[in-house]
Amino acid sequence: MTWEQTENYDVLVIGGGCAALSAAITAREKGARVLVLEVAPKCSRAGNSRHTRNMRLAHETTFPPYTGAYPEEEMWENYLKATGGVGDLDLARKVVSGSSTVLEWMMDHGVRFQPAIAGTLHLGRTNAWFLGGGKAMMNSLYRSAEDLGVDIRYEAEVVDLDIRERRFHQATVLQGGTERIGVAATAVIAAAGGFQSNLTWMKEVWGPPADNFLIRGAPHDTGTVLKILLDKGVEAVGDPTQAHMVPIDARSPKVDGGIVTRLDCVTLGIVVNKSGKRFYDEGEDFWPMRYAIWGRLVAQQDDQIAYAFIDSKTIDKFMPSVFPALSGQTIAEVAEQFNLPVDVVTATVDDYNTAVQPGEFDHTVLDGCKTKDLDPPKSHWAQRIDEPPFYGYPLRPGVTFTYFGVKVNQHAAVIMEGAEPATNIFAAGEIMSGNILPKGYIGGIGLVIGNVFGRTAGEQAAAYVKTIQQAA
Amino acid sequence: MDNKELIAQGQQMMRICNSCRYCEGLCAVWRSMEYRREFAEGDLNYLANLCHDCSECYFACQYAPPHEWEINPPLTFARFRTYSYEKYAWPKPIASAFRANGLVVSLVTALALIGVVFGIVQVRGQGVMWKAVEGGNFYEIVSHNALVALFGVVGVLSVAVLAVGVGRFIKDINEKLSELLSPATLKMTLKETLALEYLDGGGWGCSYPDEKSSPVRRWLHHFTFYGFLLCLAATTVGFIYDFVFGWQAPYEYLSLPVVLGTLGGIGLLVGPGGLLFFKYRRNREITDENHSGMDSSFLVLLLLASVSGLLLLLLRETSALGILFAIHLGLVMSLFLTAPYSKFVHGVYRFLAIAKYALERKRTQATGG
Repeated sequence: MTWEQTENYDVLVIGGGCAALSAAITAREKGARVLVLEVAPKCSRAGNSRHTRNMRLAHETTFPPYTGAYPEEEMWENYLKATGGVGDLDLARKVVSGSSTVLEWMMDHGVRFQPAIAGTLHLGRTNAWFLGGGKAMMNSLYRSAEDLGVDIRYEAEVVDLDIRERRFHQATVLQGGTERIGVAATAVIAAAGGFQSNLTWMKEVWGPPADNFLIRGAPHDTGTVLKILLDKGVEAVGDPTQAHMVPIDARSPKVDGGIVTRLDCVTLGIVVNKSGKRFYDEGEDFWPMRYAIWGRLVAQQDDQIAYAFIDSKTIDKFMPSVFPALSGQTIAEVAEQFNLPVDVVTATVDDYNTAVQPGEFDHTVLDGCKTKDLDPPKSHWAQRIDEPPFYGYPLRPGVTFTYFGVKVNQHAAVIMEGAEPATNIFAAGEIMSGNILPKGYIGGIGLVIGNVFGRTAGEQAAAYVKTIQQAA
Repeated sequence: MDNKELIAQGQQMMRICNSCRYCEGLCAVWRSMEYRREFAEGDLNYLANLCHDCSECYFACQYAPPHEWEINPPLTFARFRTYSYEKYAWPKPIASAFRANGLVVSLVTALALIGVVFGIVQVRGQGVMWKAVEGGNFYEIVSHNALVALFGVVGVLSVAVLAVGVGRFIKDINEKLSELLSPATLKMTLKETLALEYLDGGGWGCSYPDEKSSPVRRWLHHFTFYGFLLCLAATTVGFIYDFVFGWQAPYEYLSLPVVLGTLGGIGLLVGPGGLLFFKYRRNREITDENHSGMDSSFLVLLLLASVSGLLLLLLRETSALGILFAIHLGLVMSLFLTAPYSKFVHGVYRFLAIAKYALERKRTQATGG
C-alpha cells in the first residue's frame, strides 16, 4: 500500500489492540474501507492485549471452554462489588450483557480457546482462556482483519487530529518517526489505550511516587491520542490516578513486564510496609477480586514498597514466581535481606500468629481461617507463619493501564464539551474504560470492554459512512 | 555460547515460562513444564527433546524479542538438542561431530561414495561400472555376501552406539528403561509418536513455514518417517525372501519388496524435499544455524538416497546399473555410518521423551495431583 491511496478510507482506526481490531473488523464487515494505524512495530503490536490471557464472559449454561455457568446477574454483582457501582451503569450493563456474545464473535474470527490453565482453575468457570494467550488471540484477529481486506500500517503514530465543530476531518500521522502524512477518513475510531507508559504524565498526576511505579503494560501506550482528543474539546472521564494497578515483584522490568510479574501469594501470608507493619486485610476476598486494589494499597505506603511473607507451608501453593523468593530460617533473616526493621517485622509476625484462630485451611473457598483481635484483621486463609524456611517477596505497584479517558455514549461516540456527542468520532477500549471502571477491577473485563465497544464503534462508524454515501 | 551459559539461559527461560503458562494448550512441553518448579540440566534436555520445533509458542509469546527477556523457545531448545546429542554420543572424539554436523555428514558421505566406488573397482574391475547386466542383477556388482557382511557390521556398530546414547539420556532424565517401555506406557507413546500428536499446535497445526498455522509440516514429516519405514520394510522383506525362501534379488516391479521400496522412496522424495524447501522460508530468528546444518544434511542424504534408489530401479537394465548401484550404496552406507552422529538420533530421543511425558501423566493421576 502506498500512502497516496489513503484518501479512499472510510474509517480510520487508531490503535492496534483488541478494541481497535474488533472495531476495524466490524466496520469492514459492514462494507467500510478501513485503515488501522498501529504505533508499534509489527513484532510488538497489539498493546496490552498482547499481555492478556482470558475474558470474563457471562454464560447462562455450561459449555466448553467453561467449567460451569456464569449468569449475567452474577457477573453484574461481581462488577458492582469490585467497582463500588460508581461508574456509568448503563454503559457497564452494555458490557456485562454484551459479554455473552463475545466468545462466538471471537471464534468466528479465528480465535481459539482452551480450558483454564493450571494454577488458575478457579477462573475456569467465569473466564474463557485463549489458546496460547493474548498475543495468539491478537494474531488471529490480525489475520482475520487482513483476510477481510483491512489495511494495517505499523509504526504509524497519530500526532494530530483535525477536529472542528464536533467533526473529525483528518489525522496527521508520523510514519516511521520521520515522514508526516495527512490521512483523511469519513469517521475515526480512537482505540489507542491509556497513558501508563507516559512517565511524565504519570508523574504529573501522582507526583514523586510515580518514580517508584513499574509499568507492566505495553510501552507504546503513551496517551498521545487521548491527550489530543481532550485538547480538542472531548470531555474527560475518570480520575487520572486511577488505573489497573497490581502488586508486582519489585525486581520486574520498568516497562512491559506483563503477567508474570504478578505475585499470587498475598492471600496466603501477610504483607508489611517499609516500617514492618501490616496495613490491610490480606484475606478479604479471592485474589482475582482483590489484586487490583492491592497495587494502589502499595502505592500509598512509604516509598511505594511492601513485602509479602509466607512460610514453607504455602511456597508451592501459588503460581511460580518469575523471580525466586528470598528465604531464611527465621523471619528476621528474610527481613534483614530487605533492610527492614527486623524487630518490628518479627513482632508483626508474632502478633499475627497469636491472633490466628483454628480452622480448616482451604484456599479454594472463603474458608473459616481468620484472625481475632488483630488490626487490620485477616479474614480468610489465615494460617500461622511458623514453618521454616520462610520466604519473602518485595512488592511495587505495577500499572497495567490507566482508567482516565474520554467520555462516550451507548453508541461509543465521544462526548464533546457541552454534552453533545461528536458526529464521527468514536472510542473503544482502555481509552474509554474509565466510563465503566472509575476504580477497581475484575479479572478479564478489560478485553470485554474493548470488544463490546470496539464492535459498537465499528458498526456505528460504518453506519455513519453509509448515511454520508447515500446523501452524496 | 558455552554450556554453562546455555544452561543458565534455559533455566531463566523456563522460570519465566512457568510463571506465564500461556502456551499450556499448545503442546506437551508446556504441560510437562508445569510438573516442575525447578529446572535441572536433565529437565532442560528432556524438554528440549520433547519439543517438536513447531514454533507456535514463539509466535504466541509476549516476551519474544524485542522484549528485553528475549524468550525464544524454538531457538533455545534447538541449542539444547544439539548440546544433548553431543553429550549422549559415544565415543567422545566423534561426538563433537554434532558441532559442525552439516560438514561432517557431507564429508562422511563423500568418503563413503569414494570408498564404495573404489572397493568395487578394486574387486570387480572398472568394466563393471558401465555394463548392463541381465535382469538388472546388482549382485554382479557387489556380491550378496559382501553386502550382508558390510551392512551387517556397520548396522550393528551404529545400533550399539545409539544404545549407549539411549542409556545416557535415560540416566540424564532420571528414568528407567523398564518403566519407559512398560506395555501401557509404550502403547500411549507409540500412539502419540506415530500420529505426531505434538506437532499440531493444540489442534490447528503449527506455525509453518511462517507464522500462520498449517498442517504442512506434520504431513511432510509423516511422508519422511513412513517413507523411511517403508524402505526399511522393503529391505526386511527382501532379507526374508532371501534367507527364508531362497528367492534372490532383483525382484519384479510388482513384487512386495519393490512396491514397498518404491512407495517408501516416493515418501522420502516428498517429505525431505518439502522440508528442505520450506526450511529456508522459516523465520530466521527461530533457527539455530548449527542445528539447521544438521537438519539439512540429514534431509539431503535421505533425499539423495531416495533419488538414487528410484533411478536404480528405473535404469537397472541399462549400462547405468553399476554406477547407480555404487552411488546408492555409498549414500545408504553414509546413512548407516552417520546414524548415531546425525539428525537421525532425534527420533530415538524424541520417542523416549514422549514416553517420559506419558509416565509423568500417569504418576500425576496416581497421586491425584
